[in-house]
Amino acid sequence: MLFSEVVNGPTFFFLVPWIVFFPLIGLLVNIIAGGKLSEKAIGIIASAASGLAFVVAVLQLISLAANPAGTVVNLADWINVGELHIRWAFQVDTLSVTMMLVVSGVGTLIHIYAIGYMHEDVRLNGDPGRFRRFFVFLNLFIAAMMVLVSSNNYLMLFVGWEGVGLCSYLLIGFWYEKGKDGIGNALAAKKAFVANRVGDFGFIIAAFIMFWSFRTFDFNVVFQRAPAVAQITPWAITAITLFMLLGVTGKSAQIPLFVWLPDAMAGPTPVSALIHAATMVTAGVYLIARSHVLYALAPQSQYIVALIGGATGLFAATIALAQFDIKKVLAYSTISQLGFMVAAVGMGAIVAGMFHLVMHAFFKALLFLSAGSVIQGVEHGHHHVEHDPKLKKKLKGQEKTFDPQDMRNMGGLRTRMKTTFWVYLIGALALAGIPPLAGFWSKDEILAEGFVLRPFVSILLTIAAFCTALYMGRQIILVFFGEPRSAPVEHARENPPIMTVPLIILAVLSAFGGLLNLPKIQTFANWLDLTLKTGQPVESASEAAATGGFNPLVALISVLLALAAIGLAWWLYYRRYPELQKLPATKRPDDPLRTLIGPVFTVLENKYWVDELYWTVFLNPYISLSRFLADVIEWRFWHDWFHDVVIVGGYGVITRLLSVRVDMGGIDAAGNGLGTAVQRSAGWLRRIQTGFVRNYALAVLLGVVTIIGYLILR
Amino acid sequence: MTQQILLFLALAVVAIASALGMLLNRHAVYAALFLVINFGTVAVFYLLLGAPFIAMAQVTVYAGAIMVLFLFVIMLLGTEVIKNKPRQTWQRPVAFVLGAILVIEAGYLLLVQVGALPPGGQIEPAFGGPVMVGDLLFSKYLLPFEVTSVLLLVAMVGAIVLTRRKA
Amino acid sequence: MLPITYYLGLSAILFTIGALGVLVRRNAIIIFMSVELMLNAANLVFVAYARYLNSMNGQIIVFFIMAVAAAEVAVGLALIVAIFHTKHSIDVDEISNLKG
Repeated sequence: MLFSEVVNGPTFFFLVPWIVFFPLIGLLVNIIAGGKLSEKAIGIIASAASGLAFVVAVLQLISLAANPAGTVVNLADWINVGELHIRWAFQVDTLSVTMMLVVSGVGTLIHIYAIGYMHEDVRLNGDPGRFRRFFVFLNLFIAAMMVLVSSNNYLMLFVGWEGVGLCSYLLIGFWYEKGKDGIGNALAAKKAFVANRVGDFGFIIAAFIMFWSFRTFDFNVVFQRAPAVAQITPWAITAITLFMLLGVTGKSAQIPLFVWLPDAMAGPTPVSALIHAATMVTAGVYLIARSHVLYALAPQSQYIVALIGGATGLFAATIALAQFDIKKVLAYSTISQLGFMVAAVGMGAIVAGMFHLVMHAFFKALLFLSAGSVIQGVEHGHHHVEHDPKLKKKLKGQEKTFDPQDMRNMGGLRTRMKTTFWVYLIGALALAGIPPLAGFWSKDEILAEGFVLRPFVSILLTIAAFCTALYMGRQIILVFFGEPRSAPVEHARENPPIMTVPLIILAVLSAFGGLLNLPKIQTFANWLDLTLKTGQPVESASEAAATGGFNPLVALISVLLALAAIGLAWWLYYRRYPELQKLPATKRPDDPLRTLIGPVFTVLENKYWVDELYWTVFLNPYISLSRFLADVIEWRFWHDWFHDVVIVGGYGVITRLLSVRVDMGGIDAAGNGLGTAVQRSAGWLRRIQTGFVRNYALAVLLGVVTIIGYLILR
Repeated sequence: MTQQILLFLALAVVAIASALGMLLNRHAVYAALFLVINFGTVAVFYLLLGAPFIAMAQVTVYAGAIMVLFLFVIMLLGTEVIKNKPRQTWQRPVAFVLGAILVIEAGYLLLVQVGALPPGGQIEPAFGGPVMVGDLLFSKYLLPFEVTSVLLLVAMVGAIVLTRRKA
Repeated sequence: MLPITYYLGLSAILFTIGALGVLVRRNAIIIFMSVELMLNAANLVFVAYARYLNSMNGQIIVFFIMAVAAAEVAVGLALIVAIFHTKHSIDVDEISNLKG
């Protein structure tokens, strides 16, 4: 269903393909000419490419202001086979432009941050030449993500889907030779890719069913035909939505495919910030938001989506309580927040979900980048200590195993890294949901909608919100407050402005982002509704609630819970932790929370042993099966027996038969026999030549007699 | 008729006897002399058959020249009797058998398969005389005549060359 | 007139005797003489047919045969002499170098 273009102010829709082209050009320039450029130049080119994409997105925003209905910009035909017509076409409407702005905006900030971060990182890891590769991959990611969010049909979306999965793999395994046992990073990348693959399988099945039911992948056509198809074959819509959900659980790290996200922290921090917090993982949420028409027609799928979102939110939040790695806490936090978003769009509260997506992008990127800043500061301290003989004594026994990311080593960074502390605090409070920061508005909207649409899910999310505030409080206090608990942290220092300025910008956005969708004003909701409402009107309760609402009771409860959680964290970690440190080493628990919940803490610390479960139930049997197929069936049976014995051996037998029996025995014997026969007959006939003349004369006479006899008898 | 048969038979007996004598005699000289008798008998046959010139030629050339030549060589090479070392003993019986077969075949041809044999007739008195021979020899058979002369030359040369010792 | 078969029969017998002589005797000169006998037998046939066909051609052929026989004897005897110089024997069985 094409929207008609109303000429009403400046429109720049035709520029939208450049949102993909600019990052592609950036990466090509860096590939071709990057070897001769300085690090600064490479970083500037990449950031400029991302920045130009942001400019194009802003232009689209302006165009939409004049022309709210949006449009479809055709680029080229891709596949034309029979009934299948797929084009490279860009859907420019409020939903996709929202995503474009988030991805390119946050992406550009992270590019700039990464210039400074990677400058240090490649030197800490000993391979300065790899700087260029990082920015090539980042630009590739931006390009793929843009394809994903701006596509006009499910297949082009899938191209972007796969593209971001690839970039995730490449960037997690950026330091592929490092990590645990020299292979840890590569294994993490592989885990991410495989988990995503399982999700992609779901997406593909959904695409197949979609084509079978709709004969097209085009968004507008599908949404138009959806109600009719739902009447005829309702199971098709349910199946499509459920399989798409599988894809979403892979990409957006929900139960059961979330296991890759914590491991993905092995990648450099800008990667974690951009891909695994702000953009790639939100692709699943975007997918459900885009397909809200289909989900509205399949209420059972919606319920399952919401349940999974809620369960994941709570599950991951509890695990985050017991993690000691600063990035792991943030990773589980991301999974939990994604659960919030998925639950929201699953409930039908599309606006709430998308709003939280944008807010989360801001403060989660901020938190990750700040965590990266903290880690780098601690690394600097570590270097400082290592190269100073007087201080090295203090590191006795800790040199090899000092983990700059372990919060148990940190403390007191508030005074040593001031800027980082303040931005981190803003981000943490935003995440915890303290008003008037951004997170409060979006999270509160979800909870409010939830109590109306799916109360059970909302209860899960509320408990998750409590845990969220608790673990963020824990993190802040452990990292920034108290006294430093190790020598490197004592000597940590702040990072240069190229890293801190993007943090400040993101902190501002996190603080004031809530203004986007204040209740009763609802700018963002109205903005999104332009897209959400222009499908076929669907009558369902969720539709009415999709415009969002505000429930003061819910807001009050959530704020009180957040404050209570922060208070608990303060008591545990500011007060009790130093007391516990004074205990002798054997009796000292590594975390005060253990004293509260005891063995439960161990369960949380081990992430409910989900990875181990997967290994036992799925991976080890699969590997055994694979090994069996490879070793026994493939090698021992097919290769060693069938090939070597049957085919080669049989062939050998036949060959030997032919060569020895037939060729040598038969043909050669015939040939040789002929020769021998001639030889023998010659030797035999030789005796006629007696040498005696008389014998020859006798022969002559014999001949004469014979001839005369013949002539007579004739 | 009877006279003719008797005459023929008498002469035939002589001829065959002398031939056999040549065949069976150990001494080469005796064999040569028997052959001379045979040649003489054949010359008489020629006369009977109205070929006087040929008969004279037979006596002159064959008996006179050729046999003399033979005798010369016999004398030259010594007339030793060849030692009776048995070699190729199977040759004799086979040869006799073949000879017998040949005779039988000839007899068969003559007696059974009597085809178109010429009856014979009167001949003129000058038949076979030198005039007639010379007449034909120098007209119709000139070329063979000349060639034969060349042949004789060649034979002469050959004989000299063959017996020349490499001195 | 005697039928010609008489002469033909006599000629056949003489020829056979000559052939036997070639085959049976070991003295080279005797063998040669047997060959002459065979030639004579052939001459006899020619002359007989010349008489009975009333044609001179037969006699002319005999003439030539005689000439050739003479030449042949000359050369042949020369050969035997030459062989005798090397082999010191006129036994044809001695001359078997071409034995295969």
